[in-house]
Amino acid sequence: MSHSPATRATTRARPLSPHLTIYRPPITMTMSIVHRITGGALYFGTLLIVWWLVAASASEAYFDFVNMIYGSWIGRLILLGYTWALLHHLLGGVRHLVWDTGVGLEKHTASKIAWATLAGSLLLTVLVWIAGYAARGGF
Amino acid sequence: MSDMRTPLGRVRGLGSAREGTEHFWRQRLTAIANIPLTLFFLGLLISLNGAGFAETRAVLANPFVALVLLLFVVSGLYHMRLGMQVIIEDYIHGELMKLSLLLLNTFFTIAVGAAAAFALLKLAFGG
Repeated sequence: MSHSPATRATTRARPLSPHLTIYRPPITMTMSIVHRITGGALYFGTLLIVWWLVAASASEAYFDFVNMIYGSWIGRLILLGYTWALLHHLLGGVRHLVWDTGVGLEKHTASKIAWATLAGSLLLTVLVWIAGYAARGGF
Repeated sequence: MSDMRTPLGRVRGLGSAREGTEHFWRQRLTAIANIPLTLFFLGLLISLNGAGFAETRAVLANPFVALVLLLFVVSGLYHMRLGMQVIIEDYIHGELMKLSLLLLNTFFTIAVGAAAAFALLKLAFGG
């Protein structure tokens, strides 16, 4: 019985295909999944927009009621998430449109663009909210 | 060997549905339209943050704002309906459930669109 490292290793439980437990997803894969998730979130997020429009077209009391919900901390949290989902899906969409032309598909370039959409969406979300608060002169 | 279809495909008799390219194209078309429309919407929300009832209504009643928002709603809803259709087709394999969800997808889109369009037009026409 040999005790060389090469044969010893075979007695250990090795991960089976497709190695999901040790697989580190590339950023392009993660951003692809996030693109779909944000799309699904935005689908139901349209209800936020419609509710706001309907409230504005209804009455002052109802508009103030919806405004109060949107202005609450949980409302703001949801709207912040909605803003990020919207911007991430928008930037991800631009990325896909660029790829549609056959440009930027080289492995490392594609990864860089994927990271850029994540960083860009976070940065733009912060900027939009700063602009929103600044437009009304403070928090 | 001239027929490469599966038995199920032959029974259904649909061949390829010949809608793939159209779906892809409309998805891209609305995606491109959504870029400027979404940026306009975000800009509008920034400018309206904290605005009261009267001010919000005055801005939404502006013909240009109303028109762009209407386009935003239509293009956005069409885009999201196509996207959700793909998600349903990817993950739901039972025929009855798939068909039901595809129907709901269209109903949801049209209901949301009708409510938004009604509200926007009401505002635009001074309601």
